[in-house]
Amino acid sequence: MFESLSEKLQRVFDGLSSRGRLSEADVDAAMREVRLALLEADVNYKVVKEFIARVKERAIGAEVMKSLTPAQQVIKIVNEELIAVLGEPAKLNLSGPTPHVVMLVGLQGSGKTTTAAKLALTLRKAGQRPLLVAADTYRPAAIHQLETLGKQLDIPVHSEGDRLPPPRICANAVARAKEAAYTVVILDTAGRLQINETLMAELDQIKALAKPQEILLVADSMTGQQAVNVAKTFHERLGLTGLILTKVDGDARGGAAISMREVTGVPIKYLGVGEKTDALEVFHPDRMASRILGMGDVLTLIERAQESMDQEKSMSAAKRLMKGEFDLEDFLQQMQQMRKIGPFSQLLDMIPGFNRMSKDIAPDVTDQQMRRIEAIISSMTREERRHPEVINGNRKRRIARGSGTEVQDINELLSQFKQIKRMMKQFGDSGGKRKGKFPSFPGFPMG
Amino acid sequence: MLKLFRRSQEEQRADEQRIHESLEKTRGGLMGRLGAIFQANEITEATWEELEETLIMGDVGIETTEALVSRVRTRVAKENVKRPDQAQVVLKQEMLAVLGGAEPMEIDEPRLLTVILIVGVNGSGKTTSIAKLARLYKQHGRKVVLAAADTFRAAAVHQLEIWGERVGVEVISQGQGADPGAVVYDAIRACQESRNADLLIIDTAGRLHTKFNLMKELEKVRNVAARQVHKAPHETFLVLDATTGQNALSQARHFKEAVAISGVILTKLDGTAKGGMVFAIAQELGLPVRFVGTGERMEDLAPFDARVFVDSLFQ
Repeated sequence: MFESLSEKLQRVFDGLSSRGRLSEADVDAAMREVRLALLEADVNYKVVKEFIARVKERAIGAEVMKSLTPAQQVIKIVNEELIAVLGEPAKLNLSGPTPHVVMLVGLQGSGKTTTAAKLALTLRKAGQRPLLVAADTYRPAAIHQLETLGKQLDIPVHSEGDRLPPPRICANAVARAKEAAYTVVILDTAGRLQINETLMAELDQIKALAKPQEILLVADSMTGQQAVNVAKTFHERLGLTGLILTKVDGDARGGAAISMREVTGVPIKYLGVGEKTDALEVFHPDRMASRILGMGDVLTLIERAQESMDQEKSMSAAKRLMKGEFDLEDFLQQMQQMRKIGPFSQLLDMIPGFNRMSKDIAPDVTDQQMRRIEAIISSMTREERRHPEVINGNRKRRIARGSGTEVQDINELLSQFKQIKRMMKQFGDSGGKRKGKFPSFPGFPMG
Repeated sequence: MLKLFRRSQEEQRADEQRIHESLEKTRGGLMGRLGAIFQANEITEATWEELEETLIMGDVGIETTEALVSRVRTRVAKENVKRPDQAQVVLKQEMLAVLGGAEPMEIDEPRLLTVILIVGVNGSGKTTSIAKLARLYKQHGRKVVLAAADTFRAAAVHQLEIWGERVGVEVISQGQGADPGAVVYDAIRACQESRNADLLIIDTAGRLHTKFNLMKELEKVRNVAARQVHKAPHETFLVLDATTGQNALSQARHFKEAVAISGVILTKLDGTAKGGMVFAIAQELGLPVRFVGTGERMEDLAPFDARVFVDSLFQ
């Protein structure tokens, strides 16, 4: 989500290369770009102003550590401040007697109903017994939507139609949960504008009757400058305990996250990252900050990789890759392993430096395209996979026939492979110089 | 060119009122400062800075803001404008120039069957906007049919059916999980053969513009319509949430590439949201805003009027 912001910052910092102490001019130049990038990322104007002032104060005159370049030193400071703004990681508070009540609130279309279902599934996986509550009696078919999702996931949904007032429905649901020993009650409330007094008063009532332990604001990661007002008003009115950011799988730069954190001070607890009901991720502020800075989400990647990857195999592949000894066999193997972890495009974004490159190499590598690549490589002989340079026109035609593709597809794949190999080799060669920038590489599956 | 309907004076006034009222909060808030900036006695560096800040906070976006401010500054210097209120006139002219005079809409052209395709990201307000559009055109004497081609989201078909009932128009559907292309095919056949309808509005599933396969699916839906009806879809509207920030531009760009959108419906303008990103969209992509959703009631949809929109920002 933060790719574009990372690109911007990285370009700026690549430009700063003198050594020694950070001069005011250095910092000013960097901060101008940081400011632009943050504004373009929809971080609130005032939040940006304060953030820049803070970073600048720390950066000017700061000694550049021996092991770092000035650019890295500035990154370090910006990174630390960003982590500070994004806050400590936090889990749902599920302490005390059951049932725990979790209330979801937000604007229309922010994704509350979908998030309610995802949250219920996540909690059930963690051993809870969730009960979903259809408290959106306004939007046509909202109740039906939650019921359908509940049926899909086999999670019970408490609904009483659209005739009863939502606070009553919620209170009834909590009573039912107590009797039937549900451990978590998730209230899906109707979307509303923060300035709609009647509907905001209804939330007060729900809060008073259902006594939620968690009140989470569900917010669209594409929100603009308004994010500040929305979060502030909901927080002042209800006392939010956390934020859930949705539609993070898009290309929004997501500055809203920073804005909302800054004005509420409550933690971001989850990210919605897809349309499927299991597409809910725990938020990691530190990882997000490094993602903002274009360092890739290395940690998330490693975590996922560890679940479904043969660690040793990928280590050796990584080493070979760095040395430029990577061949099409390794490529295929990596692809097959990666398919187990998740969509290719999502992975590319997590690899440091790759969010910049992925656009050049593979603007839209879909799973379908990956299957085609697999078919092509599978139609090659062992020799061709190890030494792609032997593939001539005749061989290409044979491979195309064998894989049900066109010769131009083979050409495309070979040129992409060459590019990846070249770039990875550059990474490997500059490993010494770049160590400070890309500190952790273990288990890095592409290399 | 003969129009199927012309809006009466009263209707026009009611529409202006609606945009006006919905921007009331916007005016009271940040964009309201646009007018205040030029209340000062003279134009100083602070005036320009404040203008820039106000526009950025209205989601106009940094690039568009800088371009706009610089054009106004150049003209103010060149035309020797001294008084702030005159500078405000220049700003208004430049803002209007960005939003531009749009061509008349295809919907209003007479033909046997007009097909409108509605697209957008999840939660932007497609289904509600369709209901409002259907009501508007039904009132103008059109025979409207809706196609429930959002077969993905749970209960989306049901939601459209409820709206159809409320508005009093027929909804053609095949239920959840059906092929959207097939739904569109059916709906067009129904319009032509049995329903005698002259306006078909197609609801599609919300999708993030970065999802390759889903955008391909949308292209297919479009092609199905194009094969059956000459030059269809005659309008393809992108539904855009007014609270969206700079990502709106990326949305518009991707959807334009995939399905050649012809205009924008700006929703949820009844909030404090300013919808400033329509300037960037108009500037970069030349896409006109066609309608604004101004509230939760069925009648809360108004044809977009750039002059009223810009004027309202200053009052």
